Amino acid sequence: MAAGRDEGAREAFLRGLKLGVPFGVVGFFLSASFGVLARQAGFSVAQAIVTAMIVFAGSAQFAALSVITAGGGIAAALTAGSLMNARFLAMGIALAPSLPGGPMKRAAQGQAVVDSSWALANRGDGTFDRWLLFGTTVPQYVTWTLGAVVGAIFGDALGDTHRLGLDAIYPVFFLSLLIAELRDPTSRWVAVCGGLLALALVPVSPPGVPILAASAVTLFGLVRRSR
Amino acid sequence: MTLTYTQVWVLIFGLAALTMLIKALGPVLLGGRELPPWFSRVIVLMAPALLSALVVTSVFASGRSWSVGAHTVGVGVAAVMLWRRCSLVLSAVVAVLVTAGLRAI
Repeated sequence: MAAGRDEGAREAFLRGLKLGVPFGVVGFFLSASFGVLARQAGFSVAQAIVTAMIVFAGSAQFAALSVITAGGGIAAALTAGSLMNARFLAMGIALAPSLPGGPMKRAAQGQAVVDSSWALANRGDGTFDRWLLFGTTVPQYVTWTLGAVVGAIFGDALGDTHRLGLDAIYPVFFLSLLIAELRDPTSRWVAVCGGLLALALVPVSPPGVPILAASAVTLFGLVRRSR
Repeated sequence: MTLTYTQVWVLIFGLAALTMLIKALGPVLLGGRELPPWFSRVIVLMAPALLSALVVTSVFASGRSWSVGAHTVGVGVAAVMLWRRCSLVLSAVVAVLVTAGLRAI
């Protein structure tokens, strides 16, 4: 199905590059604040930059960092990071049928998924435009790396990221993706239920779990619209 | 921080490996085949559910407790701007300025 719709690959990739730029700009500042916080937590400059380059998953990086800043160990930090990443499991399952090639090739293509590229490449009919997804990820990878470099090296000059209000960037980033999804009434209903479920689970589960659990409300898709 | 220099590297490579594994799992196990129609209906709703949970937990929660702060107001203002089709970059800048402004008071 989706693999057959690859003719406009080049065009989709270029469109993705363009779509990815605003997310890249915002990502730059997010990654810079990661760089600052990582240095404050005891990472070397190289360690902060390499983290951004090879993990390339903001929420997981921040989650792992907050665990070790609070005095936790490696196992706890890896668990927190992976729980934040658990949503990529759901995203990967959704994307899977739209990826051609053997298992290794599909695994490699799956690495290009970040929240914004996944949401923008979603055609709304259960399939994904993979070239648009790759294109959207590219500028974000570049600025994510550059942001970490700037944050790690010049962090001392920047000062306290909390006082500067940089922590407000992260929710706004996701909000812009969410708002695009809210045109459809079923999606709006699912967003409200998913948000409430996640919030209800906050006091009783480790960070990250409420987000994964929210994906359970998508089972509404089985009952509604099934006429 | 209680981790040594070497332990930090272990953490970084461990997190990178786990992230790659998690991102690869779905495409490897389910790729290259057509899935039934009910699957698409569930998938379409995945984005609003996950994104909403991410927003809500980052605005109204801190660790394992509910909490609000200056950033809640900043993000609220940005939400109105985004709804009125302002650009992401402009909305993010305003969110940061409002948050920093409230904290400076």
